[in-house]
Amino acid sequence: MTDEPLVLGIESSCDETGVGLVRGTTLLADAVASSVEEHARFGGVVPEVASRAHLEAMVPTLERACDEAGVSLWDVDAIAVTSGPGLAGALLVGVAAAKALALTLGKPLYGVNHVVGHVAVDQLEHGPLPPECLALLVSGGHTNLLRVSDIASDVEELGGTLDDAAGEAFDKVARLLDLPYPGGPSIDAVAAEGDPAAIRFPRGLTSQRDLERHRYDFSFSGLKTAVARWVEAKEAAGEPVPVADVAASFREAVCDVLTRKAFDAARAHGITDMVVGGGVTANARLREMAAVRAEAAGVRLRTPRPRLCTDNGAMIAALGAAVVAAGQEPSGLDLAVDSSLPPSEVRG
Amino acid sequence: MLLALDTATPDVTVALRDDDRVVATAGGDHPMRHGEQLAPAIAEVLAAVDATPRDVTAIAVGTGPGPFTGLRVGIVTARTMAAVLGIPTYGVCSLDVLAAQAADAGAVEGRFLVASDARRTEVYWAAYDVAGPGADVVRLDGPHVGPAADLPAELRALPVVGEGGRLYPVAFGDVRGPERPSAAALAEVVAAERVALSDPEPRYLRRPDAVELSARKRVS
Ligand SMILES: [Zn+2]
Repeated sequence: MTDEPLVLGIESSCDETGVGLVRGTTLLADAVASSVEEHARFGGVVPEVASRAHLEAMVPTLERACDEAGVSLWDVDAIAVTSGPGLAGALLVGVAAAKALALTLGKPLYGVNHVVGHVAVDQLEHGPLPPECLALLVSGGHTNLLRVSDIASDVEELGGTLDDAAGEAFDKVARLLDLPYPGGPSIDAVAAEGDPAAIRFPRGLTSQRDLERHRYDFSFSGLKTAVARWVEAKEAAGEPVPVADVAASFREAVCDVLTRKAFDAARAHGITDMVVGGGVTANARLREMAAVRAEAAGVRLRTPRPRLCTDNGAMIAALGAAVVAAGQEPSGLDLAVDSSLPPSEVRG
Repeated sequence: MLLALDTATPDVTVALRDDDRVVATAGGDHPMRHGEQLAPAIAEVLAAVDATPRDVTAIAVGTGPGPFTGLRVGIVTARTMAAVLGIPTYGVCSLDVLAAQAADAGAVEGRFLVASDARRTEVYWAAYDVAGPGADVVRLDGPHVGPAADLPAELRALPVVGEGGRLYPVAFGDVRGPERPSAAALAEVVAAERVALSDPEPRYLRRPDAVELSARKRVS
């Protein structure tokens, strides 16, 4: 156990500066600094604001992670870093810090894929992944359905969002309803008092014609527009907007389409294990619906605890540890960031 | 040894200085690729003199002003290395370095301006007074950011050093070299204590572009 390498992971693809320390599949530290409050008045993540915050948070977060784990940076055996996908300017801060560490410590550097990190992090909670699993990853930045045959080397993208990420749709609908940013938690809170069957909002890409080409893809922009029109029609008629019912019905539509397609993929591929990750899994209804459908489908569900589902350095360290264990070659110091790195590329 | 680096222009520039002189320099060949080129350039200067990172006893970093993304790459690299090694990091205004370079090259003497490219048809600029080659660099005004034509006429009449002068020849009459700061000059001015040292904080001079929330837009 202690002979496994100590891997440090750095995450800076969006608005969280994360540094994690992992040995094998054991989590030793998970330090995160978030700039989410600085973005609230803009209603979404402002790349330049995020990049500035990463620069200020990077060294303090590194030091906090080491303190948490009771190790020195000199004890680290390998450095993993998110090299994509994400905001280019934000990614660059983390990658530059990771290179500075690798160079100064004389340790190997591994650029890894953020989205795949959301799957790898589950190994810290539930142990090694089964030989094959599906992964449904839902956050403010991504919505992906993946087939994972080997976390370090073999990930296939079955589908993704054609427009907004699910978390973005929550933010936009929250704005429509005058609920605070970020939209996920605020809609979740209000929806608890509402009727999810009150309004039948559209489920994107579920018509027979769409399923032929986009069986595992998602689209949330039509849903967002439908909610906006519905709210405006109420207002135009001079009637009060039943915010709780709108929130609950919207949330129901998002969770329904996400889980429906994920379990459809499980059935079609005969896969019996599924990881559901990403920040939107903090959503109570998504977890509940996934659990019910998993039970019905005979699928074992693995959902990391909420803290590990949001962006953090531990997920990058976890993936880094898997990549190191697989004996892969390190990245060069000339590693570039790739803001649109596809999930099928585990290494950046 | 002192490691010096600057990423406040499209260039990456790195130098290593021992107690007496600059012993190695390196840079990138591709503009605006700081993230890819900086760490290899640092490795290159160390390797050139068979040094290891542990031989570095201080770091000097250009704090801009300059394009933000590159600037951050340099500063986070300096801060991270310094944190690991437990050594000091000195921030230096990148325009001050260029001012010293120009004075040492004999391009200017007395009062002059330094102007660099701030894009969006603006320049980063500061006004200086240097007695001559090797003398202390005295910044009289700045750094500021704005359109070249908006500078007071008496300042625009001074000799102008830096890329900003070349980009806006109508606003600036008397344009002189050099165009961009070098890490070798940065290492020398820090070693000779000829410039003001600061914390390694970026000089952004501009607020982030972002629009605060207003009333929501209708879709129909
Ligand atoms: Zn994420």
